[in-house]
Amino acid sequence: MKNNRNKSLSLIALSVIGLLVGGCATTRQPYDYSAFKEARPTSILVLPPVNNSPDINATHSVMSLTTAPLAEAGYYVFPVTLVDETFKQNGLTTPADIHNLPAEKLQTIFGADAALYITVTKYGTSYAVLSSETRVTADAKLVDLRTQKTLWSGVATASSAEGNNNSGGGLLGMLITAAIKQIVETATDHGRVVAKTTSLRLLSAGTYNGILYGPRSPYYVKEDKVGP
Amino acid sequence: MKDFKKMFGKQSIGRSPLLVVFSAITLTACVTNPQRQPLYYWGDFQDQQYTYFKGEKGPEEGILALEKIREEASSKGRNVPPGLMAQLGIFYGMTGRMDRFEEDLQAEKRLFPESSTYVNFLLKKKQEQ
Repeated sequence: MKNNRNKSLSLIALSVIGLLVGGCATTRQPYDYSAFKEARPTSILVLPPVNNSPDINATHSVMSLTTAPLAEAGYYVFPVTLVDETFKQNGLTTPADIHNLPAEKLQTIFGADAALYITVTKYGTSYAVLSSETRVTADAKLVDLRTQKTLWSGVATASSAEGNNNSGGGLLGMLITAAIKQIVETATDHGRVVAKTTSLRLLSAGTYNGILYGPRSPYYVKEDKVGP
Repeated sequence: MKDFKKMFGKQSIGRSPLLVVFSAITLTACVTNPQRQPLYYWGDFQDQQYTYFKGEKGPEEGILALEKIREEASSKGRNVPPGLMAQLGIFYGMTGRMDRFEEDLQAEKRLFPESSTYVNFLLKKKQEQ
């Protein structure tokens, strides 16, 4: 009896150590932030995301989830609903056409320092015999509208099945994915629930290779001291 | 002390602190940002933006929802997020309340001078109509 308990305790300790070691490991190359640090934009114009998924809600769902991470990162974010409306009133209804607009034109109307070009590559649920998975994947590119230089780019994904295969992220990550899964299973708009996590991963500052803090954040220009 | 031992058994007294320390480390291991309060009070602003996109609700309902966020923010002494005042102003404009249209768009500009060019564009466009 005593031996069994000791065994199980050491098993727990081992798995905890495993989580510690595996949790934050990353092998990606660090992003080159030199253009970003030179430009230091103060405001971001989020353009309607191009949608390559079959779900027609993806563009507006993802667009409506960009303001919080970017504003909390310290940027002014142009009101996404009004921006979308302005394009529509000028006859521009497809995101691909909007992404092709000249930078000077965007700067003249909006007075934005930078524009964010998002493409949604996955948005929705795939059903298999034994399980279903809802996945949202998007990539983003931040372009300086004054110089047309690319300041940053990134890609992120989130899935309702993350908790199933222990895809890493440590105990905290597992707790979060367990929560997502629970919400997803009860929600009607599965894609949107997962998209919230995708958007936070893609556009939050202070994450590895993520967007840098903007001027309204207390961590502005201090990224080397506070985070990865 | 005797009661304590009785309650938890001999084994757990010696080992549980170790586990507590381990769990504490694991739970904080991946948090890279120092804890701080968010810059803005959000309420359900992003869901309201999605609702507007989908065209499910009219400007009157939009006004109620955004005014609620604004009141909650002010009662907590917090700032409203970028875009909230501009959207509120546009809603008032849609219902014909031009005083509030102008007032709330000016508020967006005052809170976020970065919005000046675009807010001026929106103000000018309305006057031309």
